[in-house]
Amino acid sequence: MDALLDLLKKNARETDAVLAKELNTTAGDIRARIAAYEKEGVIRGFQAVLNTDRLESTDVRAVIELRIRPEREGGFDRIASRISKFPQVESMFLMSGAYDLLLFVKGRSLQEVANFVSARLAPLDGVLSTATHFMLKTYKDQGVLMESEPHDDRLQVCP
Amino acid sequence: MTTDSKSARDFIAPHVRGLPKSGIRDFFDIVAGRKDVLSLGIGEPDFQTPWHIREKAIESIERGATRYTSNLGTPELRQALAAYMRQSFHAEYDWKSEILVTVGVSEAFDIAMRAILSPGDEVLYHEPCFVAYAPLIRMAHGVPVAVETFRKDEFRLTVQELEKRVTPKTRALLINFPNNPTGATLDREDTEALADFVIRHDLLLISDEVYSELTYEGGRHSMASIPRLRDRLIFLNGFSKAWSMTGFRLGYVCAPAPLTDAMMKIHQYCMMCASSTSQIAGLEALQHGEADITEMRDSYNQRRSFIVSSLNEMGLDCFMPRGAFYVFPSIQSTGLTSQEFALRLLNERSVACVPGTAFGACGAGYLRCAYATGMEQLKEAMDRMSSFVKSL
Repeated sequence: MDALLDLLKKNARETDAVLAKELNTTAGDIRARIAAYEKEGVIRGFQAVLNTDRLESTDVRAVIELRIRPEREGGFDRIASRISKFPQVESMFLMSGAYDLLLFVKGRSLQEVANFVSARLAPLDGVLSTATHFMLKTYKDQGVLMESEPHDDRLQVCP
Repeated sequence: MTTDSKSARDFIAPHVRGLPKSGIRDFFDIVAGRKDVLSLGIGEPDFQTPWHIREKAIESIERGATRYTSNLGTPELRQALAAYMRQSFHAEYDWKSEILVTVGVSEAFDIAMRAILSPGDEVLYHEPCFVAYAPLIRMAHGVPVAVETFRKDEFRLTVQELEKRVTPKTRALLINFPNNPTGATLDREDTEALADFVIRHDLLLISDEVYSELTYEGGRHSMASIPRLRDRLIFLNGFSKAWSMTGFRLGYVCAPAPLTDAMMKIHQYCMMCASSTSQIAGLEALQHGEADITEMRDSYNQRRSFIVSSLNEMGLDCFMPRGAFYVFPSIQSTGLTSQEFALRLLNERSVACVPGTAFGACGAGYLRCAYATGMEQLKEAMDRMSSFVKSL
């Protein structure tokens, strides 16, 4: 993978000037490469990774396993694409194994998520079953630990 | 108390009393206790030891693997080291008789000096260099003979300079590339020329290659890859820099059996063996840690580009070092001495760098900046340094 993408994955807010120095190129080149990735659809967006446990928020998140019936034309894609458009669905993946789709869902309350599953997902034509697991605590998200490792405790000057 | 009784100080052996305090130590004392300091003075990786290595060490303590090991080190670790030497440097070392696991490269260097030196023997080493070499040679009753390296050669060691310092008393040459504090590396022609030099003068070569895994370009050229040196080479390496395992204190030495045996005699009496936990962690690093090195090296490489370009932009001449995690910019354009520059930078902008003179007299006019620190701190440090240089 392009080192630029690695650096952006680590810190998408890094300035073009600093990225350019790290990669031994010019800020103009960095801008052009990012623009090209956006145009190609490789870069789909830039987001902050939050520890929502630390926010005064009552939002709940749940993981939902969905079994669906594939269609003769298009397999899982049509129904999957339909489900993915619900704003409650934050992430969604097609899986191998005991179920087909794995959804990461967010709602303002337990009730809201429960309603979403029972009123919107389960009745959909082609959905065979759902299994909902509520998330209790986040330890790591997007490769980022929610509790930092101990602060840099190296000696301030050493040989 | 009688008047002619000794004070505690009088019991100290003269050759130890005469050892200078490390220039780094001086600087550390000034910085210590200040909380606002951004330090580029740390000769230590900023990464945590990779988790699988720490996990393996924890697991070994849980199952009680906390006994003495063979003096030489565990057979498993030595076998893995033999394989590593073969794979990395095409060097064949017999794990039973030619590899010794030590408490860091420092111990390896200490026992090497004690094994080979008689009082008065001279050892050539190059400056600027790691602060421990000359004192360790002295502690083994040898005479350290410094050979200068220069910015114009990108701090490579040249045979021309060596020839000026070699005498009939010269016993050994000590080299350290990739180099702390300059980041200098050797090319194939350099290693061949040094090999010819030590053979021509019938010297022993001690090569400390602890930064070898942190080589960014130009290829790794180890002295261990030169077959004609085999009988006169003591090769030193360790786990601290490659796998960010400084506190594990784990190093090793590869040398012909008679030399390994001589070093082993000293090691068994003064150290017994390296820590069993560290040896298990080291084995895990060798067996499953290749990806860690790649990841850390890529990250250092980006910071290297960033810091070199930032320093040159602010008018401090700095060559692009090809190894280790140090840059060695010249501060001569500012008119300040290394010591003045470092002290004022610390007092006026709270950025700590080590004056080049801490690494030898010929480090005058230079500064060592370690870039093994997070990008955020590096950026801030470069901003502060740039505003300091402008203020002069």
